[in-house]
Amino acid sequence: MPKPEILDPQGKAVLGALPRLGFAGVADVRQGKRFELEFEGEVTPAVLAEVEQMAETLLSNPVIENYVVSVEQ
Amino acid sequence: MKVGVVTFPGSLDDVDAQRAVRIGGNEAVALWHADADLRGVDAVVLPGGFSYGDYLRCGAISRFAPVMTEVVRAAGAGMPVLGICNGFQILCESHLLPGALIRNDHRKFVCRDQKLRIENNRTPWTSSYDQGAEITIVLKNGEGGFVADAETLARIEGEGQVVARYLEVNPNGSLNDIAGITNERGNVVGLMPHPEHAVEELTGSGVDGLGFFTSLAAATFA
Repeated sequence: MPKPEILDPQGKAVLGALPRLGFAGVADVRQGKRFELEFEGEVTPAVLAEVEQMAETLLSNPVIENYVVSVEQ
Repeated sequence: MKVGVVTFPGSLDDVDAQRAVRIGGNEAVALWHADADLRGVDAVVLPGGFSYGDYLRCGAISRFAPVMTEVVRAAGAGMPVLGICNGFQILCESHLLPGALIRNDHRKFVCRDQKLRIENNRTPWTSSYDQGAEITIVLKNGEGGFVADAETLARIEGEGQVVARYLEVNPNGSLNDIAGITNERGNVVGLMPHPEHAVEELTGSGVDGLGFFTSLAAATFA
């Protein structure tokens, strides 16, 4: 997700479009990205640590974005 | 001097940049993104365009191209590196320059003749300009909004790392009207507008961009 202090023009565009469709009451919209990574076998702490590294180096730009890693079975 | 111009898949302005290098009095050497080889060049230009289709984030995938490992290494050793537009985005993603470039605040692609002020003529890319010189070169970008956290912004302002600033119009929402910056050492410069499109009277808005390509010789042999 873009960090809170970073302007998110895409989110602003969505926010502007919602009332035009009749959806009221939305105070703000932030647009981010979601990556789904599939692994063979169990996601061990070592694999998870590697995913954190992927998130830090390629999937996100830590200068402007925050990220969260979660595991789904 | 031999100036390498890197071509990534999706680079658009590599040939214009090579031409500008030659008009500026240097030898242009084509470099390929997939070769971890700078072919003995003395300086590198990362040109504009949409490398790797701007997928993921602008410049994010180019950063990991084999040639960039060598560019990062050479930049660390003091080699002059100029990133124009997409090249600026690649330099930020590579952490050779602070901050990042995000989508224009008005959300539209912008293409205009843009007035700038040269704020730092001590870099190897700007030494041909007078300090405070006002120039007009073309600007064309969709994601040219320069952002950095408050602390970083204060540091680059305080250390004189702002190389060029937009005048009259801020075309993309860049903080402090910043059009270009340099690293602490001053050898790496990123610029959102395109000096390589302003080197000949026949095309473009004039020849105000030529200084970026004539500065090298002056700076290196001074």
